Amino acid sequence: MATQAQSAEGSQNLGAGEGDVRRRDFLNVAAVSFAGVGAVVALAPLVVQMSPSADVLALASTEVDISKIQPGQGVKVSWRKQPVFIRNLTSAEVAQANAVPLSELRDPQSLAERTKPGKANWLVTMGVCTHLGCVPLGIGEGENRGPFGGYFCPCHGSAYDTAGRIRQGPAPLNLQVPDYKFTSPTMVEIGATEK
Amino acid sequence: MVRVIAFLVGLVFAGILLISLIGGLATYFRTPPEVFASEKLHEEPKHLALPSDGPFGKFDKAQLQRGFQVYSEVCSACHSLSLVAFRDLYGLGYNEAEIKKIASDWKTQVPSINPDTGEASSRKALPSDNFPAPFPNETAARAANNNALPPDLSLITKAREGGAAYIYSLLTGYQNQSPALIKQYPDAKTPPGLHYNPHFANLNIAMPPPLTSNGQVTYADGTPATVDQMAKDVSAFLVWTGEPNLESRHAAGFAVALFLLVATILAYFAYRQIWHEAKRQVRVTGALDPRNQAKTRRAKAREGIAG
Amino acid sequence: MSFSWAKPYEPKHPFMRWLDERLPLPRIVYNATGPGYPVPRNLNYAWNFGVAAGLFLVIQILTGIVLAMHYYATADGAFDSVNKLIMRDVNAGWLLRYAHMNGASFFFIVIYIHMFRGLYYGSYKAPRELVWMLGMVIYLLMMATAFMGYVLPWGQMSYWGAQVITGFFSAFPLIGEPLRVWLLGGYAPDQAALTRFFSLHYLLPFVIAGVVILHIWALHIPGSGNPTGVDVKDEKDTLPFHPFYTAKDGWFAAAILLVYALVTYFAPNYLAHPDNYIPANALATPAHIVPEWYFWPFYAILRSFTVDFVLDAKLWGVLAMFTSILLMFFLPWLDRSPVRSGAYRPVFKRFFWLLVIDVLILGYVGGAPISWWRTALGQAAAAYYFLHFLVILPLVSRFETPLPLPKSISDSVLHGEAAEAAPVGTKRGRKTAAATAAAE
Repeated sequence: MATQAQSAEGSQNLGAGEGDVRRRDFLNVAAVSFAGVGAVVALAPLVVQMSPSADVLALASTEVDISKIQPGQGVKVSWRKQPVFIRNLTSAEVAQANAVPLSELRDPQSLAERTKPGKANWLVTMGVCTHLGCVPLGIGEGENRGPFGGYFCPCHGSAYDTAGRIRQGPAPLNLQVPDYKFTSPTMVEIGATEK
Repeated sequence: MVRVIAFLVGLVFAGILLISLIGGLATYFRTPPEVFASEKLHEEPKHLALPSDGPFGKFDKAQLQRGFQVYSEVCSACHSLSLVAFRDLYGLGYNEAEIKKIASDWKTQVPSINPDTGEASSRKALPSDNFPAPFPNETAARAANNNALPPDLSLITKAREGGAAYIYSLLTGYQNQSPALIKQYPDAKTPPGLHYNPHFANLNIAMPPPLTSNGQVTYADGTPATVDQMAKDVSAFLVWTGEPNLESRHAAGFAVALFLLVATILAYFAYRQIWHEAKRQVRVTGALDPRNQAKTRRAKAREGIAG
Repeated sequence: MSFSWAKPYEPKHPFMRWLDERLPLPRIVYNATGPGYPVPRNLNYAWNFGVAAGLFLVIQILTGIVLAMHYYATADGAFDSVNKLIMRDVNAGWLLRYAHMNGASFFFIVIYIHMFRGLYYGSYKAPRELVWMLGMVIYLLMMATAFMGYVLPWGQMSYWGAQVITGFFSAFPLIGEPLRVWLLGGYAPDQAALTRFFSLHYLLPFVIAGVVILHIWALHIPGSGNPTGVDVKDEKDTLPFHPFYTAKDGWFAAAILLVYALVTYFAPNYLAHPDNYIPANALATPAHIVPEWYFWPFYAILRSFTVDFVLDAKLWGVLAMFTSILLMFFLPWLDRSPVRSGAYRPVFKRFFWLLVIDVLILGYVGGAPISWWRTALGQAAAAYYFLHFLVILPLVSRFETPLPLPKSISDSVLHGEAAEAAPVGTKRGRKTAAATAAAE
């Protein structure tokens, strides 16, 4: 008993030995880090819940019937709550697009790159100006098509050509071509492949 | 002052309660309340063991598909499942093509508008749609069901005391009333248009027995479709509709519980170790006082006792 | 802090010094929960539940804020937004909903233990009366928050619970019915009630957080109580909050979270009522309307008043129910014993445990279907409840002979140790007594 009391007294007076300090700190560090990891993992659901929920992701694709669109006409449809322009180009508009040398374009892309093979007259683009996000004019009958005969954004004057490429004004990129495919000659599915 | 008012308030409330108590007991013993037939005849749910029971529960996908088949062929005529979307059926093991087909073949279509004229019309369901309800609104549902409203089944196992066991008991619990029973409990006599089922709280339920004969449904996987089997399978399916995340919930639960167990143990030992120091930092009096201990040692040395 | 030996805050890092000169937040934290707050060394586990309550407040606020990102506060959309959107479609939505649902229950479990600790150890006595009363304010706010939160899913129990509880107010003569209609914004719970309950349900937890800060502040003026009820005399009696009580609270919090996780993940609907999974129907009342379990004792008291006597039974019930909570505010003046802790008050102790049993009985009666014998039991239990606080406690505190108190906290802590660690060859009692006398 006395020995125990003595050694205990010793450790109290002289301070703990080296091994004791390391063991003591290790346990505390281990406990606190474990708790820290737990706290971070516990935050994960709080962050993840803000990502699109399953019902939003399910509406990620839309089918459009294009059978009624005549050459020279276009429609505006909604996909993922954003406008999409689907235009049936006339052969004159196709030729006009193909005549432009790529070196003249701010965002060089040919009409063939922006359409499906064999369907060069079907131009499917987002209806969102790549400058600051306004909806350009030109898809509806009688709307201002701008100096290049395609689309024209009234907000800051960006002008797109018949292939939806930026030709003039502050927008940096061509109108984005979304992911789409022809499920039949008269049906287009937008957002098909990203499930 | 406070105590005087407190006394009075306390005595008044206790007094009123005493009056209520005596009054209540007097009434009870003078005119014992009538025992309703539903209290005497109502039966507790039968025992039902499902693979999804318990903390280790998992769904049997084959059973869920059979249950879904019973729902589509029998129950969906009257009962909606509007919180479930066709795309949720991935959880049953169907693939994309199968789900598209189930959706477009579904006997009720989704309300929509004619894109040319704007008139109300309907369209085939897509996987992103919820199961369309068999009736457009409550009034139509009641009109078609003798003024009874078939409840939506999405949450039914969570919305009823007894859960899946209750549903199973209800589906298999239809009986005839014996004449002796009617004589003893005349107020339990089944009114016309209702059906006697002692598992139902009010004993007489508006729903006619939905599962009437073996082989009513021909299971795709070949399992014999007895009434008992169909009732079990559709109950299991309805557990899934109420709790589609059951399996991931259990899996996450094990991980979290294990983590917290280890964290608790680690933290407990850290606590013990920190407090070990505390007991030693006290400037003690009595036998643990180092001065006294020194005295003890010296006394022992003088007496020749080993330390 | 009022103890002279409290370690002063001395920031070493230059950034901490810069911050401390401009906004003494780190100093406040150090003095409130760090090494700067001396705490009696003899606290037992009953003292862990205040911090646990704070933990659940944080859990509820975090899960609540993210749930509000998906909830639709409309009579048509609320049920589906909870049971379809959140439970099925939102990533981890089911976890957040179950965590919030069960977090409320655990918040109340922890708070009830915390309150019973206060009742047993006389934590409400001078100089901590305001700590107690602020705590009662927090409790009232919690009850309001929980009630409104339960209405939000717009299930059958949500709707009919709202109907019943707002119906209380119509018991008051003259002003009752107009008050009820004003609260609801209509003649029955509907869209107007739902949106305002959502707004207030979001607001009140932050009010609770503010009152919690006042509660802790008021506590830190005299410092924490302890199981002996004897005041802190000197440094020997205390330990700095950090690391001793941070460690103790830490491990216990992990253990409570373990129980909470087991319920949330494996039995999430155990404490819930199935009827709330049925969408609200104003034209069909559930067979048994009951509130959530944490309101059951008060529900039992409400339903115990069944006769009209001067006032009608409904009004008696409402008055009694409100009184049963409000009388707690007066506890410091009802119980005037100079001895704080029930450990040294044998008569008080027995009545305390009777109260615990009584509250459990009331809880049982409140949640069970009505029957003649349960009503009678509830009436007896309710009578005891009022008599306990309003008649028995004042009398006991006046006439009881308490046990002798220890001279100080450290005496009571070391009394046991000294006896155990007595040196070989000595008689424990004599040596300890002599040494103690010698040391003083």
